[in-house]
Amino acid sequence: MKKILAAATMALGLGLGVSGLAMAEPLKIGMITTLSGGGAGLGVDTRDGFMLAIKQSGNKDITVVTEDDAQKPELAVQIADKMIQSDQVDVLTGIVWSNLLMAVVPGAVAQGKFYVSTNAAPAALAGAGCNKLYFNAAYQNDNLHEAMGEYAAKTYKKMFILAPNYPAGKDSLTGFKRYYKGELTGEVYTKVGQTDYAAEIAQMRASGADGIFVFLPGGMGISFMKQFAQSGVKIPVMGPGFSFSQDVLPAIGDAALGAKASGQWAPDFDTDVSKKFVADFQKEYSRLPSIYALQAYDAGQLIVSAAAKASVKDADAFRAELLKADIKSPRGNFKFNTNQHPIQDIYLTEVVKKDGVLTNKTVEKIFADHGDAYAKDCKI
Amino acid sequence: MTIALALEQLLNGIQLGVMLFLMAAGLTLIFGVMGLINLAHGSLYMVGAFACATVAAWTGSFWLGLIASLACAAAAGAIVELAVIRRLYDRDHLDQVLATFALILIFSEGTRWLFGDFPLYLDIPPLLQGIVNLPGDASYPVYRLAIIAVGALIALGLYLLIGKTRLGMRIRAGESDREMIGALGVDIRTLYTLVFALGSALAGLAGALVGALQSVQVGMGEPVLILAFVVIVIGGIGSIKGALYGALLVGITDTLGRFLLPQLLAVFVDPSQAGMIGGAMASMLIYVVMAVILAVKPRGLFPPAHA
Repeated sequence: MKKILAAATMALGLGLGVSGLAMAEPLKIGMITTLSGGGAGLGVDTRDGFMLAIKQSGNKDITVVTEDDAQKPELAVQIADKMIQSDQVDVLTGIVWSNLLMAVVPGAVAQGKFYVSTNAAPAALAGAGCNKLYFNAAYQNDNLHEAMGEYAAKTYKKMFILAPNYPAGKDSLTGFKRYYKGELTGEVYTKVGQTDYAAEIAQMRASGADGIFVFLPGGMGISFMKQFAQSGVKIPVMGPGFSFSQDVLPAIGDAALGAKASGQWAPDFDTDVSKKFVADFQKEYSRLPSIYALQAYDAGQLIVSAAAKASVKDADAFRAELLKADIKSPRGNFKFNTNQHPIQDIYLTEVVKKDGVLTNKTVEKIFADHGDAYAKDCKI
Repeated sequence: MTIALALEQLLNGIQLGVMLFLMAAGLTLIFGVMGLINLAHGSLYMVGAFACATVAAWTGSFWLGLIASLACAAAAGAIVELAVIRRLYDRDHLDQVLATFALILIFSEGTRWLFGDFPLYLDIPPLLQGIVNLPGDASYPVYRLAIIAVGALIALGLYLLIGKTRLGMRIRAGESDREMIGALGVDIRTLYTLVFALGSALAGLAGALVGALQSVQVGMGEPVLILAFVVIVIGGIGSIKGALYGALLVGITDTLGRFLLPQLLAVFVDPSQAGMIGGAMASMLIYVVMAVILAVKPRGLFPPAHA
């Protein structure tokens, strides 16, 4: 009797093992992103870029559940709990904002779930607080600001810098100052969600600066750029890529022309991979992809590439496959640093009008194979 | 600090105040006459901005957009009053807050449904582009001066309307005693709809004027709504005059605070820290001012006589 049982168990085990190899493991992804409120444009691009990668993979075993966090941390936490407990997702992704990410990621990775960030990359999760299950497919928050600091250091003598008064805003100016060592004629922190910048623009006019760096994502940047153009102040403006990304350019209009920005990618990249990505995205959604769409697309590609080779149930194997970053990114060079954040090239871009559409043109490479300042503190 | 910069900042403060007045005037009028707390006032501001941006994009004319913003916001206000608000006059304020909060959600999601997720484009008209030179080597955008002028005209118009016309007399009578004015044969229901539409049109106008300066996007009304409530609490709820002075006070305090506090702190700590702490303090400043005013005059600066 015992022998029969053992044989049956073995047969069953073998059978399971064989079938496990034969058919790919189902993978469930939970996407939490901002689909309502003022930040919805960013979340929509994130979702669309991500879904494009999943669709192109043709992998029928991957399912994605999407929910709207309305840019509220408490809601994001609730959705994450629900996705982990009742939807039983294996991987979470999609959060745009650093404060929401900080609310969700520690709990998710503690429950053994992977998180692949499509945008937010706070310093707290890149240094000593890094985690084996947390990957970032976009950058580290400081990167694009560091690149503008490097550019400004070469080009300007007196800078006026401005950011909203919240963690990412402080990281921004810290990142900028890490590379820009020249004179600062002003360093101003504005209220998050501020819509009128007349007082700050007046200070810029009076400061005698020869360059202005602003980090104002979403609607704040739209308001600032319009008002700056109307004010008649002629100082050149620069910022990180998302200040002049494809989601805000139509609303800023010609006021954005000539603005310099930094980015890991721009829609005019002259590589086959990038051209194909832009064409596919335009075909699917009838608009140009933004930097958020690109980042989410790569996050999707990363998860697809790992899922093709390893089961997500085997966390170590899945992690090893993710770390290989075996994808063709439209941005070109892409690999993971020791803290599982990207090492990549960062470029200077300029807002131009092409065929009547405002877009970013690549000017030059600022950094090659750029990592981040926090990786050395990460021990994994 | 030069005189030019000080003058420019003062004008910025007045301009912000005038914008707040357009919002606050409608809010305080509706509260004063009907005793209604209308949280959806910010949504009507958004309706005005979207109407202006859409019509301006269709026709290429900002001015047609401006007319559309008045018309759409007034129409939206009248419809909301007839369909929802009318049922709330006899309820307590909690019910009104709940119902008008629901209206915010309906307006926001409805706007997203109609216009999509991305902000709209709206630029200032060519006539008002450019800057003017002011004495003391200062310069100031024409459009912002025009906003100040529009606000002054609206303030004057409201003063004449409330103080000198038959409609204004009825509005004042409605504020004092709504049963009595009803008993005297005035059609109070139509009067309420009219007042609500008027307040809505003012919010829509503010939205359209500001839409050319800012981002026309879903949810743009709520931050302004909070400031408008601060204004009417400072000014005395129900008082148009109070709304005017309160708005200018809040506008100038906020602008000068944002400008001066970091500079003041820079004397004591390093500029980076000063910017951060000063910025944080500046965003609290108007609430501190409100608290001080309420401590001294609990019913605001110009409380209406009857309340």
